Amino acid sequence: MISASRLRKSFGRTVVLEDLSLDVATGQCVALLGPNGSGKTTLLRILATVLRPSGGTLSLDGVDALKRPEAARAIVGVVGHGSWVYEDLTALENLRFWTAMRGGSASPTRLQAALQQLDLDAVSHDRARTFSAGMKRRLALARVALSDARILLLDEPFTGLDRQGRKWLGEFLYQFKAGGGTVVLATHSFLGGLDVADRIAILYGGRFALDRPAAELSWDALRRLYDDITGGSA
Amino acid sequence: MTDYARRTWFVLWKDLLTERRSKENLNALFFFSLLLLFLFQFALGPDRRSLEAALPGLLWLGFILAGLLGLGRSFIAERDNDCWEGLLLTPGDKSAIYLGKLVGNFILMAVVELVLLVLFGFFFGVALWPVAAPLALVLLLGTTGLAAVGTLFAAITAQLRARELLFPVLLLPAQVPILLAAVSATDAALNGTPLAEAAHWLKLLAGADLVYIVIGLLTFEFIIEG
Repeated sequence: MISASRLRKSFGRTVVLEDLSLDVATGQCVALLGPNGSGKTTLLRILATVLRPSGGTLSLDGVDALKRPEAARAIVGVVGHGSWVYEDLTALENLRFWTAMRGGSASPTRLQAALQQLDLDAVSHDRARTFSAGMKRRLALARVALSDARILLLDEPFTGLDRQGRKWLGEFLYQFKAGGGTVVLATHSFLGGLDVADRIAILYGGRFALDRPAAELSWDALRRLYDDITGGSA
Repeated sequence: MTDYARRTWFVLWKDLLTERRSKENLNALFFFSLLLLFLFQFALGPDRRSLEAALPGLLWLGFILAGLLGLGRSFIAERDNDCWEGLLLTPGDKSAIYLGKLVGNFILMAVVELVLLVLFGFFFGVALWPVAAPLALVLLLGTTGLAAVGTLFAAITAQLRARELLFPVLLLPAQVPILLAAVSATDAALNGTPLAEAAHWLKLLAGADLVYIVIGLLTFEFIIEG
């Protein structure tokens, strides 16, 4: 469960988020839509405790994430713009490192199974340096799948994935929600992740310009609303 | 294995494996050391007396310059693909990351120092074997200090744009007590003086090591949080 209240963030004189509140219940997925520079990544970085907000409160599964970020980090899984992949380690070694650093079981069987799910088992012993951007993305998703996170924060998770990867991620997110997990995913594209979302929020000018249940919005209606709010920014 | 020791080990494992694969630091440091030796050889010439007087200083000059190169790069891999952010978000005591990095840097510096020492012995005709034990103690203490403070400042400057400039500017003054003590103790070791007579330098080295390691362990969390 995520409960953020009146979050503010400014970099110098530039205000990126302004009194923004967000509540995401357990088992729910919120898709954050918005054009580039609307504050999606900043919001995700605050929720992940990478950035401290200039003001407001944040609670993750009942943990005050601003006062106890270490406790909050134990329950959060993040796939951001960077894949957290070490180029000179193999896929298997990368998973082993990050799983062990989070205190999880890094047994080869478990890691191989995760790689197999994401169709990376054939290259499990290849160095990540040889991987395409999409393969690194899949490796990052395998890392998150292996973690014991209860909250997932995903920034453009469908970007760079092929059809099979997108299908896997969609199924994984459905399973994660069904298991009581909470998901916030940010995207500037209408192509990825909206079918998994229970709520759709459009972030524009540092505020939520729209926050509605996904079931209430048809694709066309959402597109129209998005264009009205953002002036058609992609 | 405790969770802390496990995470320290995995940081060390990752760093050593990355270095073994890429050999970025080792190759650069080896050729840099070789270049230094040639320069020293030309500068000092065949005069044995001037060599004996300058050797401890030259040795540590080689170690510190090689260390600057190697230590300055120790967080480069973390910047690629936002791995720094990943380390920040791993739960648990962040000082385990510092400790793993410190041990990795110590091993890398020790390897380079060993190669440099052997080459020094060969190039300058210095018999190092009879003084190997006291010299090893001085190198152990000196290298620990250099790696401790170097790892700390490498972390501080890793995210800065002007890190190549700031790293040596910040690091060198902090290394002064270690270098003073290390050069004096190395002089004593090479001259065959009993180490008891250089005990005050060794105590200074051990004290500086302890202070820098404790500072590193206590402050690393604040450094990585930015």
